[in-house]
This record gives sequence, structure tokens and C-alpha cells, in this order.
Amino acid sequence: MTPDDGSGRASFVLRSPEFQAPHHRSTLRRALPGFSLRVDVRLVLVCLALSLATVAVFLVALSVGDYNIPLADVIKTLTGGGTPQSRLVVGEWRLPRALLGIAIGAALGMSGAVFQSLTRNPLGSPDIIGFSTGAYTGGLVVILLFGGGYLQTAAGAVGGGLATAALVYALAYRRGIQGFRLIIVGIGVSATLASVNSWLVTRANVVDAMQAAVWGSGSLNGLGYDQLWPVLGLLLVVSPVLLAHAPALRQLELGDDAARALGVRAEMVRLSSLMWGIVLVAIATAAAGPIAFIALVAPQISRRLTGTATLALLPAAVAGALLLLASDLVAQRAFAPTQLPVGVMTVIVGGAYFVWLLIREGRRQ
Amino acid sequence: MPVTPPAHPDSRLRADDVTIGYDKRPISEHLSVQIPDGSFTVIVGPNACGKSTLLRGLARLLRPSAGQVLLDGRSITTFGGKELAREVGLLPQTSVAPDGITVFDLVARGRYPHQKLIRQWSLADERAVTGALAATSTTALSVRPVDELSGGQRQRVWVAMALAQETPILLLDEPTTFLDIAHQIELLELFRHLHSQGRTLVAVLHDLNHAARYATHLIAMKDGRVVAEGTPRELVTEELVEEVFGLRCRVIDDPVAGCPLVIPLGTASLP
Repeated sequence: MTPDDGSGRASFVLRSPEFQAPHHRSTLRRALPGFSLRVDVRLVLVCLALSLATVAVFLVALSVGDYNIPLADVIKTLTGGGTPQSRLVVGEWRLPRALLGIAIGAALGMSGAVFQSLTRNPLGSPDIIGFSTGAYTGGLVVILLFGGGYLQTAAGAVGGGLATAALVYALAYRRGIQGFRLIIVGIGVSATLASVNSWLVTRANVVDAMQAAVWGSGSLNGLGYDQLWPVLGLLLVVSPVLLAHAPALRQLELGDDAARALGVRAEMVRLSSLMWGIVLVAIATAAAGPIAFIALVAPQISRRLTGTATLALLPAAVAGALLLLASDLVAQRAFAPTQLPVGVMTVIVGGAYFVWLLIREGRRQ
Repeated sequence: MPVTPPAHPDSRLRADDVTIGYDKRPISEHLSVQIPDGSFTVIVGPNACGKSTLLRGLARLLRPSAGQVLLDGRSITTFGGKELAREVGLLPQTSVAPDGITVFDLVARGRYPHQKLIRQWSLADERAVTGALAATSTTALSVRPVDELSGGQRQRVWVAMALAQETPILLLDEPTTFLDIAHQIELLELFRHLHSQGRTLVAVLHDLNHAARYATHLIAMKDGRVVAEGTPRELVTEELVEEVFGLRCRVIDDPVAGCPLVIPLGTASLP
């Protein structure tokens, strides 16, 4: 009975014996006529616990900083009151950044869940198989050539991500796609693209290179409402599409033959969710640069907490939001007043996990 | 142009002059097969004779490059994904159980073709899964992770998933491969029971004696062609076994089941 980090007291409930059996874990629910869903109690509890933790970190992130604003004043400000000073610090400076942390974390968590499900492998997340690096390359090209704003950079990132995916797919294709080969090829392509990115930066003039370097380390520093609204808007468009794909993606985890025999249009579902997963990565990358390992780690954490063996988008989204928000808070405060880019933080934490995963997968092969 | 044989009057599923294979390399050309309704049809033949290819064609996993597979007189390519999956089920040769998935959750995946985005889990789903678990004697395993089960148990769970799909026609691609003899018989008895409840079953089997014992209708294939069709009693003869498998044998009456029993001659019979 080890308590799980992040879930606090809820871990006691989660581990109690009545949640061992799926019959007991899941209940039949008919909320509306014609609408029914099998609800996994533990999954709901995990989502709730992670959401509560996210809200707590969110409030702390709004409260602490160079100017400490007491929690009571933070809540007053959020509900429309507060002093002019707290409205500036909380409302204008910290709120958009914290919300972006949540949105970007959720986007990365969901995309990681989708790719790990598609490749049937925990290593198959976009930051490992080069899609994030490719999205960064695309964004970089746009910034250096056109000096674009968020939407242009996002478009470049989507283009770069899709082109990378096409390349990785083409190189890994041999009578169908096999997860582990895709990952190996992806790691290779990712490494190549990383050097392309470095080369691009060295070719740029000093101002552009500075901007690219800051963006390239993956950071929420200096982000505001200008980035928040497009990120939120795109997230609200893309998430429902992926949620609609989720049942078919879960079927695909059984293998193509079984999935197709059960009525899944395998290639269509795979291509579509691949594309929308890349769009999620691109949305995040265009705003904050390539933030590594959130997409890798968040679905794994949610998976361990919920005990579900399969694609679960919502818990992965909430876990991603919590992870990024908390990492950003630590990155801001650990060496204050110096602010680290959150990407540095996630590399340190996620990197250790990545190495452990690599060793485990290597043994399995 | 070969003449299409007249449609079997009681045959919902049939292949009509199909040419089918992988990567444009045809394995079978101008193949026509009818699956009698309510039969336990078993397709037999030597390795690489096109048995599994035919089955995959019937399940729409392979698209014929010529001819068509018909269900109720309608080409199966015109069926919607879930629409066909409510009529024809398939137990594939290879499937993957996601890490740590429980038996109940895996069997519940068989309900996918009956579900919609807003109606993801109904009482009918619950009943079908419970029924499939009971029919395959896997109810007691329902909370266990699939990857902890033995090979025989695991195969029964996959059968349960195909049963939960509740299709009138069920295709089985070498369902007994990799099982020991006791588990093979156990599974075949289960299929016989399912067949007796009115399902049409089509299986690819390697063991001719199993086919002779459990099938009501046999299809013998060689080099991508159908060599003979009929009841085991009509088909399993010393001549046909030699023609199809190139194996010299004796055929005697199975002392237990009364069906034909193939005894390979091997070198023991050589003078």
C-alpha cells in the first residue's frame, strides 16, 4: 500500500479491494435515454484527484513569485475582485502562463497517449519518435524565414510534424507498420532533425537565433494571452475529434486483423488520429517550443494510477496538465530570481524515466 | 470466363469467382465457395494451399482483385464496417492483448460493432459479454489479466470475444494451433456446442482427423483451388487424402465417433 504521488489520500481508496474486480469497478450508467456508458469508478476517481491536484498547483502558481500574493487575494482576483496590483500580477502575468501550462500539458499528454496506443509501446511518444523535433524544425523554418506570429509558427510546426511523420512512416514501412521499428527509425530521424535544427540556428542572424534558442529550450517564460487564446481554441477543436476516435483506437490495440474483423476502418483511424495527434504536438510546440517527456510520461502515470491497460485520453490529459504546471512552477522558483525554461526541468525528470524505459524495453525485445 | 455455379439456396455467405492473394500475387484464382447455412464448415488442405487466404477474403480482411464475396447476395464491400461485423465474426490467427487488460475488458471489446459514440455500453452488451464468458467457461477468469493465463485459457477468452460479437456467422482461422491435444479437443467441443446452437461456423484446421470428426461440411483445397466439397464421410477417403496431401494412408472408422479416421502409412508400411 504505497501512496501514489500526486493522488494524495485518494490512493488509499484506489487500492481498496472492491476496486480489484472490473464488475465492481465499473458501473452501468444511463444518464439520458439512449445514452449509456460503462463508467470505470477508479478512472473517474483518478481524474478527479489529478484535477484537484492541478487546481491546487494552479493556485500556488498564481500566488508565489517575486511578488507573493496571498491565496485569499488570488481567489479574490480570479472572482473579479482584488487590488490593482494583484490584478496585474495574477491576472495579467501569471494567469495566462498557468493556463497555458495546463493547456499545453493536456495537449502533450493526449498526443502521447494516442501515439503510445498506436505503436503499442510506451516509447512510441512524439517526443521520442521525432514528431516534436520535426514540429520544431517546421516552426523554426517559419520563424527564420518569415518571422511569423503564433498561427504561422503553428502552421509551420504542423507541416514539420506531418512531414516528419510521413518520413518516419516511409522509412519504417515494411508490409505494414510495426511499433518497435517505427520507434527505432523515429529516434534516428529525431537525432538527424536535431542537428538540422542546430544548423538552422547557426545560419540565422543574432536576433532570430536568440529568439529561436529561447523558444527551442521549451519554455513558458514570457507567454501571455496572445498565445493562450489560439492554443485553447485549437485544443477545443482537436480534442473532440480524438475523443471520437478513442473507441476505434482501443480496438486497434488488439491487432489489425481483430480490429478490422470488429468493424474498425483501421487505416483511416490510424491516419486520422496520427494527423490530429501531430496537430496537438504542433499546437504545443508552436507556443512553448519542444517540451520533452511530458507526452512520454503523462500517459504512463495515468495508466499506472488508473490501472487501465489501454488508451485513456482524459486521465492522460489531466496528468500532462499537472506535470507541466508543476514542472513550470519548480523551474520558475528553484533558482529564483533566475527562471529556468520548463523544458530543462522536464528533461531532467523525464530523462531518467526514459533511460529506465529504454533499459526495460531492451530487455524485453 | 468460367461459369458461375448456381447459388446455393441456403447459403448466406459465398465467394463468387474470386481471385485473391497478397501484393497482387494471386494465391487463388476463380475460386467459388458456398458456406451452407447452419453448417460447421472446415477448410482443409496442405500448407500454403490458400485456406487462410480464402477465410480472410470471406472476412473482408483481404480484398479480391477480381470477383466478389457475397453476403445475402450483396457484395461485402458495400457493407459498412460495423454492419458487416454484426453479421460475420472472425477469430484471427494472431491478435494482441494489450498489456494488463482483464478478461472481462477484452471480451467486452467484442461488442464494438454494436456500440455507438453515445451508446457505448448497454444492458445488451453486458448480457452478451456475460453469456460469452459463460459459454467458454471463462467466467471465473473474468477479473484476471489476460497475459497471466495459460495458452488454452487465452484462446478460450479470444473465442469469448468473438462470441460477444454475436454474429450468426463466425470464421475461425486455425483456432487450435499452439494448443496441446487436450485443449484442442476442448476447444473443438466448444465449437460443436456453438454450432448446435445454430451458429454457422467456418474454420481452417490443420488436423484432418479433427476436421473429419467435428465438421458437417468439408472443403478440401490444393494449390489455391477447391478440390472437393462434401460431408466428411464422402470426402475423407484414401484416394482424396493422397491427392490433396500427397500422403498415403488407411482410412478406418473412428472407433469412438464413427467418423472416418486417417491413419498415415509412413515408412512402417514399406515392404
